[in-house]
Amino acid sequence: MNRLIPFIALLMSLMLSAFSHASALESQFEHLKSKKASEKAAAIHAIASTGEPQAEVILNQMLEGKLYYVKRSGEFVYIEKGEDKKYTAYSALSNDTVGTFKKRELKKIRVNNRIRGQIRTAMATLQLNSNDSDLRLKAVRNLRDALDANILPTLKSNLETEENSKVASALEVTIAAIEFAYGDLDLQLKSAHVLADSDDPKILVLFRKALEKTAKPSELSSAIEKSIEAIESRQKMYGIAENLFFGLSAGSVLLLSAIGLAITFGVMGVINMAHGEMMMIGAYTTFGIQALFPNFIDYSLFLAIPAAFLVSGAVGILIERTVIRHLYGRPLETLLATFGISLILQQAVRTFVSPQNQSVENPSWMSGSLEITESFGLTFNRLYIILFSLIVFFALMALLKKSLFGLQMRAVTQNRAMANSMGIRSNWVDALTFGLGSGVAGIAGVALSQISNVGPNLGQTHIIDSFMVVVFGGVGNLWGTLVAAMGLGIVNKLIEPWAGAVLAKIIVLVFIILFIQRRPRGLFALKGRAVEG
Amino acid sequence: MIDKHIPNDTILYLNGVSVSFDGFKAINGLSLILKEGDLRAVIGPNGAGKSTMMDIITGKTRPDEGDVYFKGTIDLTQHDEADIANLGIGRKFQKPSVIETLSVWENLELALAGNRSPWQSLVFKLNGTDRKRLEDMANYINLGDQQETIAGDISHGQKQWLEIGMLLLQEPEVLLVDEPAAGMTDEETFKTADLLRDVAKSRSVIVVEHDMEFVKALDCPVTVLHEGSVLSEGTLDAVQSDEQVIEVYLGR
Amino acid sequence: MKDSFLMKDKAGLRMLSILGAALVIITFLNQAVPVDNPLHITTYTVTLFGKYLCYALLALAVDLIWGYCGILSLGHGAFFALGGYAMGMYLMRQIGDRGVYGNPELPDFMVFLDWQELPWYWQGFDSFGFAMIMVLVAPAILAFVFGWLAFRSRVTGVYLSIITQALTYALMLAFFQNDMGFGGNNGLTDFKDILGFDLQSDDTRIGLFLASGIALALGYILCRWIVSSRLGRVLVAVRDSESRTRFLGYRVEHYKLVVFVLSAMLAGVAGALYVPQVGIINPGEFAPINSIELVIWVAMGGRGTLYGAILGAILVNYAKTWFTGVLPDAWLFLLGALFVVTTLYLPKGIAGLYSQIRERQAEKKATSASSNTEPNESIPASQDAQKSKLVEEV
Repeated sequence: MNRLIPFIALLMSLMLSAFSHASALESQFEHLKSKKASEKAAAIHAIASTGEPQAEVILNQMLEGKLYYVKRSGEFVYIEKGEDKKYTAYSALSNDTVGTFKKRELKKIRVNNRIRGQIRTAMATLQLNSNDSDLRLKAVRNLRDALDANILPTLKSNLETEENSKVASALEVTIAAIEFAYGDLDLQLKSAHVLADSDDPKILVLFRKALEKTAKPSELSSAIEKSIEAIESRQKMYGIAENLFFGLSAGSVLLLSAIGLAITFGVMGVINMAHGEMMMIGAYTTFGIQALFPNFIDYSLFLAIPAAFLVSGAVGILIERTVIRHLYGRPLETLLATFGISLILQQAVRTFVSPQNQSVENPSWMSGSLEITESFGLTFNRLYIILFSLIVFFALMALLKKSLFGLQMRAVTQNRAMANSMGIRSNWVDALTFGLGSGVAGIAGVALSQISNVGPNLGQTHIIDSFMVVVFGGVGNLWGTLVAAMGLGIVNKLIEPWAGAVLAKIIVLVFIILFIQRRPRGLFALKGRAVEG
Repeated sequence: MIDKHIPNDTILYLNGVSVSFDGFKAINGLSLILKEGDLRAVIGPNGAGKSTMMDIITGKTRPDEGDVYFKGTIDLTQHDEADIANLGIGRKFQKPSVIETLSVWENLELALAGNRSPWQSLVFKLNGTDRKRLEDMANYINLGDQQETIAGDISHGQKQWLEIGMLLLQEPEVLLVDEPAAGMTDEETFKTADLLRDVAKSRSVIVVEHDMEFVKALDCPVTVLHEGSVLSEGTLDAVQSDEQVIEVYLGR
Repeated sequence: MKDSFLMKDKAGLRMLSILGAALVIITFLNQAVPVDNPLHITTYTVTLFGKYLCYALLALAVDLIWGYCGILSLGHGAFFALGGYAMGMYLMRQIGDRGVYGNPELPDFMVFLDWQELPWYWQGFDSFGFAMIMVLVAPAILAFVFGWLAFRSRVTGVYLSIITQALTYALMLAFFQNDMGFGGNNGLTDFKDILGFDLQSDDTRIGLFLASGIALALGYILCRWIVSSRLGRVLVAVRDSESRTRFLGYRVEHYKLVVFVLSAMLAGVAGALYVPQVGIINPGEFAPINSIELVIWVAMGGRGTLYGAILGAILVNYAKTWFTGVLPDAWLFLLGALFVVTTLYLPKGIAGLYSQIRERQAEKKATSASSNTEPNESIPASQDAQKSKLVEEV
């Protein structure tokens, strides 16, 4: 019992302090009502200075124009629009529901652009002291929107105590920016030098504006120009890095769509023109799963991947058993028959699902980006696709090289009669191999559903690219497929900036066509008598 | 080691020829000389490089190194298949390789020596002498009464003969024959051996063969290939008693 | 004359006479039979038939290289479209100042793009003669360059098919570009007249229909002449055994190139006749699916027969017109099924069906007469169909 007493005391003191803070906030509300901008500004500053979590809520609501007070009681609330033109009001102090009101029972706290700027600065100062380093970082950077000399001392003292190196360097840049804007020539020269290391595009804007003002070439203008040069050359590098990254992600899309083909075409020698439709089926499976479990979008992909593999794989096996097995050794006929199948599958989707594109949602963890510098980040969706394509590739590699099925598969493709006589059911190996290739295409479809439209034409738009990748890389060589996909993706993206997307594609296509003339068997061709048949 | 100087009556000259596929040396320093009017049998276990040797001579495969000369002066490594065929080297494949959807007559007509350009072939007409030659050849290969039959419908042995007939109509100076007796009945085998001996009277012939009975029936010098190079050369009896040959080939 | 290649071609003669009769009858039913008579054929229908005839000529071009030389081009639509564009450029120039913008020199789309003068590659297309030469030359040049590269490096089989497909795909993307100067997305359209004849008038349409029919007949005779010559037999030899042909001393790549270029020119002519009848040419004609679709016309009609290609083109396109009118959703199902069924069950197409049935009957007689004859062991790949038949019966 005795031990409870101090605990209760602590609790009470906490409540009290909360109350006192609340009253500190409340005392400023009257000033917010004022029509004088200076009074409002002072109140905003005072609210922010309390350092209360609730202060941020209030300022935020105010920024969005949702802060009101109830005319009758004078209580400060923020509102959400409800039904029948009624608004639900929440207490600005405690977030408790106050009740529902009509618009005319409420009075809005007006904000204009100037006040909005002040709110932002105030919130930034508030967040400067946040415990969350990401929030601090954001706040420090936001301060560069409207440079404010008043905040300089706070920043400097923060810099001394800041432990997070990212935040610290951001602080340095913001301080330098403020000093550049308001300081004397010495300070400006010094800060121009410091700012040369920043990648924030706002700094470039700042420099350009300053350059415009300095009419004659001077010590300062040459210092600014030097810094601009440094920033721009770095940005050029980031541009290249970004193109490479885009190239890799485009390459991994190519890899995903080609990898299944590398099995059916490369290993089995079957030309499956319905390969694109296997991807389409995978994408529609994702759509179906999201429709079934609309509340679990974040997890939908983990279910969609195996589901798409099974659905597309099953369709693949069905096609192999009913059509393709009758056409082994007649590649051109296989090509035509599977093209017919692709038409049927496309039309089936148009007739039984919809001719329109379907929207497949991205899980929340796919959005956002991994920041390398302020102006250069790697978006998560592209990163995941690169990662995913590599996982699929190496898993497949392992399956072919290490598993019994892979062994049987290679045995059947190399010497069917011998494999048969050793008790391998080559019919089943054929069917499963084709199913595997189709299933992998289905997985690729899941990935495609995240980055492109899901519609009946999804397969068609990828089929030619996929064939190009497999042929370019060398038929029957998975590594070749990997190199070809990544290589073509990167080359395409490197050409794109100066040639445009369509022309880049045409150039790459023509390049491949010409390349195949030089090396008909692709980049990594198997040489020798056996393959020349 | 063969002397660099190529004797006048040498029709085919291979010296130090090597070729490898993905690191595997299919032919390794192979040297061989064929004189005008020679009939030569080439034997060797599977993978000894017999077919690859033929590929090199006929321009299908380019050697990594070594010399291949025809009639002493013509560098065969600089020519492609069609060129080499027109120069006078005919090749018979292991599997009978005739145009299955054309008739026996049409097959022979295609082979008939003459201008091979597309434009010439568009206006080509058989004259009396050509007709006579085709008929004689059809009779020579025992297909005189099947001239109108589609080549896909004649028997395996007949296809082999048809192919030989086609080669002869090309009027080659060297004939390369790959396992002609494979899949033949005994009777057909002996008939084929007779045919080849007869052919060899007017030109040089290399026969690659597995069937020892057939080689014996050819009654000619034998070259044994092993791992892409010549292991032994001589009469069949001499070769068969060679210790090395027994070890790698006959002894198995 | 009894020996001439045409006289030996019984089925072809029959087809040519049917074609001739159809041209005369259709013209008669359109021109001489009054509109209210149920036998009257509207000009719309005549133009539709004219379109089928152009397709038939295109199919003929494909059969020449696929059926006889084994080259499966999945990009023949590109040559058709190039011929069509050459004709379209002539028709555009004929519009003169009657366009929306009334510019006497520049086609509407160039005015719209704010171009100041006609690009160099549009020069000369105001002359019909020049345009007709380009109808042949443009596809021929593309076919020559592509074929020369591809055949010299011995790209064959499915590889060739895939890169021909990539070729037409690349061209489609290119022609979609406004900067190319071919009208971009919309292509060339709003044609007014050809050689001074109004394109909308019945007489011009009948004339174009007849021209298509005559072009088809001439194309057939040309192709028949080629395949009955020694050249034709070399082509078959290339198809069945390329390496044997090479070792016989034939330069396979030259033969392929000659016939590929010729086929491209035929396709170009078909495209040139097609465009004035449908009144538009746009990049959609380059779409890979068009090229694949036309392969199935040939496959269904029966490849390697020439008349089969014509039959297939007309039948499939008639079905397409009918279905897209009555049951639009069903058409792609049917087309898809056609691909599958034809390759699985009709390897020789409709033309081969008849002879296949007769062969089967003859064989049954033969097998019942001497049931102890074993099937030959080494049946090559090209005889697959026969092989499976034999296996079924044994």
